[in-house]
Amino acid sequence: MFVILAVLIACSAMATVLTKSIVRAATYLLFVLLGTAGMYFLMGYTFLGSVQVMVYAGGIIVLYVFSILLTEGGKEEGVFKRTVKDASWGLILSLVGFLTFLGVVLSHPFRSLPLSAPSETASAVTSIHSIGSNMLSTGDNGYLLPFEAVSVLLLACIVGALLIARKR
Amino acid sequence: MFDFSTVTTWLHSFLMQTCGMAEWGAILTESVLVALVIITLYAVFAIALIYMERKVCACFQCRLGPMRVGKWGTLQVFSDVFKMLTKEIISMRQSDLFLHNLAPFLVVTASMITFSCLPWNQGAHIIDFNVGVFFFLAISSIGVVGILLAGWSSNNKYSLIGAMRSGAQIISYELSIGLTMLAMICLTGTMSFSEICHDQYVNGWNIVRGHVPAVIAFLIYLVAGNAECNRGPFDLPECESELTAGYHTEYSGMHFGYYYLAEYLNLFICAGMASTIFLGGWAPLHLYGLEAFNGVMDMIPGAVWFVGKTFFVVFLLMWLRWTFPRLRIDQILSLEWKYLVPFTMVNLVLMALCVAMGWTF
Repeated sequence: MFVILAVLIACSAMATVLTKSIVRAATYLLFVLLGTAGMYFLMGYTFLGSVQVMVYAGGIIVLYVFSILLTEGGKEEGVFKRTVKDASWGLILSLVGFLTFLGVVLSHPFRSLPLSAPSETASAVTSIHSIGSNMLSTGDNGYLLPFEAVSVLLLACIVGALLIARKR
Repeated sequence: MFDFSTVTTWLHSFLMQTCGMAEWGAILTESVLVALVIITLYAVFAIALIYMERKVCACFQCRLGPMRVGKWGTLQVFSDVFKMLTKEIISMRQSDLFLHNLAPFLVVTASMITFSCLPWNQGAHIIDFNVGVFFFLAISSIGVVGILLAGWSSNNKYSLIGAMRSGAQIISYELSIGLTMLAMICLTGTMSFSEICHDQYVNGWNIVRGHVPAVIAFLIYLVAGNAECNRGPFDLPECESELTAGYHTEYSGMHFGYYYLAEYLNLFICAGMASTIFLGGWAPLHLYGLEAFNGVMDMIPGAVWFVGKTFFVVFLLMWLRWTFPRLRIDQILSLEWKYLVPFTMVNLVLMALCVAMGWTF
């Protein structure tokens, strides 16, 4: 199952970058994100998997497709020419990203500390109560500060959207 | 109360011991069986719903509906299905064929996964996570991508407008659906469909337990669900007088059939969710203090209760559809954003207050 999902993710990610049509790229990206959600489900992180599907597949991709359709980027004349300058910047950035990733993977002590997915352990199920109380607690596993930061960010987004869309 | 898990455990032990299969083999066989059952049920319910829609529509318009093919026109839908299957699938020039062919599958897959979230009976849940309701909402939002892609890849202005309307409408009304479901989760305290149903079996239906806020949530859910299925007074994406047929104008044959199937099954899923969350799912009707009556009600299997309640809600939605005239797109969006969303938020607070103060049954 892991192999199927991994091949799906890798192939779709390649296709996302290589395709010429921007709407097709968005569709392939959808498959990458769905495959990632599948990985979470495979590991037993049902809440995280659902969030992945909800936010990325249902939210971000729909937003992408919407903005492509609204800005008429979907037309074929919008295909941009790739210059050497763009390509080299992309290459440098992806190399930096890859090196960081490699560093993290290699420095992690996999051998000494075998990771176990929640689906393999006995107390597998994260209950909604624990998610809720962790989200709003200030204790050790509390997420109150990020939660509030995100809500301030969203408020800023709403105000910005209103400012752009207001009647002049 | 008949517990369906006896059947599943029997099947599992039968495959493991009598047939001598390994654990993974047994699970694989069961998964294939469940998938076949789901696809069959999907088709059967679609046929039943299309027939019901025609008859109900005819009834509201003082007509008879299909009468010629078979007794009372019962074979009409089957002959339509065969017509659809034998039709040619037309591929167009200057359109993205890959996306054009992919879009119906996205829509029908999303609706099939949500279909398998429904709790049919005690012990008969196919997908049952601890965050089931959230998973349901997440998967149902994938269908929008299919609709948008269908509109774009048809290379047709009318289809594109239909798809944009549909996308805007579904995204907006998802908000009300999520908020009404949140209000009910506040009451039940769990997101797993099996626990929600079992809770209602023990304590009574949610719409009774939650009284005022639950009834308000139920009404808002019906309106938003109708809009979510692109039906009723909200069938703007495919209003035939302006946009020919909206996002699926350019589809023919079975690709159009998938949209048709998904549309009717979304109606069923929406109604099934309403009956699960508000009307008790498979939980039978219990009246307080009437033990004999409750005993008789327990004799009826849960699946009958579930399907019965679902068809009741389907009838309500069809009633709405054939009664009200169609709205304009700005009216639809302002109804959602200016009236339903604030209303559901107040309702959520009201429900939280009721639960916190113990004002529930």
